Amino acid sequence: IVNTIAKLAKTCTLRLTVSRLYFILSDKAANGGISMWCELCQGNFFDEFQMEGVAAEHNEIYLELVPENLSRALKTAQNAKAVKIKLTNKHCPCLRVAVELPSLSSSSRIVTHDIPVGVIPRRLWNDFREPSVPDFDVSIYLPVLKTMKSVVERMKNLSNSLVIEANLSGEMNLKIETDLVSVTTHFKDLGNPPWASEDGCQSSAQDRDLESMAEARIDIKKLQQLLAGQQVNPTKALCS
Amino acid sequence: MPLSTQPPASGEPYVLSASLDNARHLSSLLKAVHFQDHATCFATANGLRVTVEDAKCIQANAFIQAEIFQEFAVQEESVTFRINLSVLLDCLTIFGTSSLPGTSTALRMCYCGYGHPLVLFLEEGGVVTVCKINTQEPEELLDFDFCSTKVVNKIILQSEGLREAFAELDMTSEVLQITMSPDKPYFRLSTFGNAGSAHLDYPRDSDLMEAFHCNQTQTNRYKISLLKPSTKALALSCKVSIRTDSQGFLSLQYMIRNEDGQICFVEYYCCPDEDITEAEL
Repeated sequence: IVNTIAKLAKTCTLRLTVSRLYFILSDKAANGGISMWCELCQGNFFDEFQMEGVAAEHNEIYLELVPENLSRALKTAQNAKAVKIKLTNKHCPCLRVAVELPSLSSSSRIVTHDIPVGVIPRRLWNDFREPSVPDFDVSIYLPVLKTMKSVVERMKNLSNSLVIEANLSGEMNLKIETDLVSVTTHFKDLGNPPWASEDGCQSSAQDRDLESMAEARIDIKKLQQLLAGQQVNPTKALCS
Repeated sequence: MPLSTQPPASGEPYVLSASLDNARHLSSLLKAVHFQDHATCFATANGLRVTVEDAKCIQANAFIQAEIFQEFAVQEESVTFRINLSVLLDCLTIFGTSSLPGTSTALRMCYCGYGHPLVLFLEEGGVVTVCKINTQEPEELLDFDFCSTKVVNKIILQSEGLREAFAELDMTSEVLQITMSPDKPYFRLSTFGNAGSAHLDYPRDSDLMEAFHCNQTQTNRYKISLLKPSTKALALSCKVSIRTDSQGFLSLQYMIRNEDGQICFVEYYCCPDEDITEAEL
């Protein structure tokens, strides 16, 4: 997960609560960019998890860090016996990653990485709220990412922007059109995820004609960057 | 997996239509002649010829016979159009270039004639991509007039013998000099670069030599930058025939065996470098 984030942006925000870790990226670029909200349950990753926030009623910590540093530190941990991550404040706040590596002799080696982090003051915490899922017209499961990656990479050679269109019958198309060429790739049988109806938004989705396509035009380079960075193998990836 | 033959909505019949189970049979050959953005395609009942030219001195032709295709139909005597080869190759390889065993991209190619785009249908793993590539007026192609009767010297070599030599050609040399002779040094490749001159000799009784028919000693120089793209064809081929005529024109013919064992040919024609006259040699 950290590798995927490292490919997307130079810095990101790490938010820690009692039960969860959040990696947050908000690309505030004016001409559209990638923003990301990643929520992880600490129980899935850590055997031991202790934290104490700023104050009892705001039991959270917000840190700014360079994901590439964390990714490199975690690389040494690939064959580790144990990994401990601590937030320390010696000369400056750091995430200390201590990796216990197996070694031939009876005593094991410990490699420590100190990753400098910035502590984000409470007054800025509101900048990092969970984004609400925008009202969408169509939500669809993505096809095999490998195929989508190859196609988008080739399309990048041919055009600057591409149109994604999808409908509620599990069909998705990627289209480019230039003076020289027009290319459309058709994906079928993708399946549409069911969304729990909250305030009647389910019914509006059902009113929609199953065959009609909703479309969006996006910058291919950004899409390709997003796809290329995917290191995690998702069981399902959604696009809305 | 055959793609359905659907005539275009306008009702006009296709002038050229072809189907190929494995698009790589076509894309790998086209890559071997891809040294310019544009190519001229010439289709007859015999098959498809794709020609790329540069600087009026070099011409490369890729021949894909009708038999290579699962289906190949040409409604007129011949169909010719000019097309952007880089775009065509990007479309043919839309599902990626890595050849995983067992997966291949199926291709259907259709052309309605003058003024219409070339339409490609590519399918892999249930995903279909449709490409419409605009075509242009075909341009006059050079006619090298290289006929077998005027050939002075001819050698057929196994490609593996030449591959390393061509890969290591001294690119600081402006020319590649080719000497062919019934006497020593029989077949010599020479370069004259910043570090000095290099000569590579192939004896006539070498294992790599399949045929040796040299009648006259000839030494010709060719601009190395023009010949460099031919290494792509050399890399794919199993055999190469090298021929020169009385004017020093060079013909390189590469025999290429594809994944299914079928044979195709790629040819390069090159003019001798006129800056150097015989008197200086």
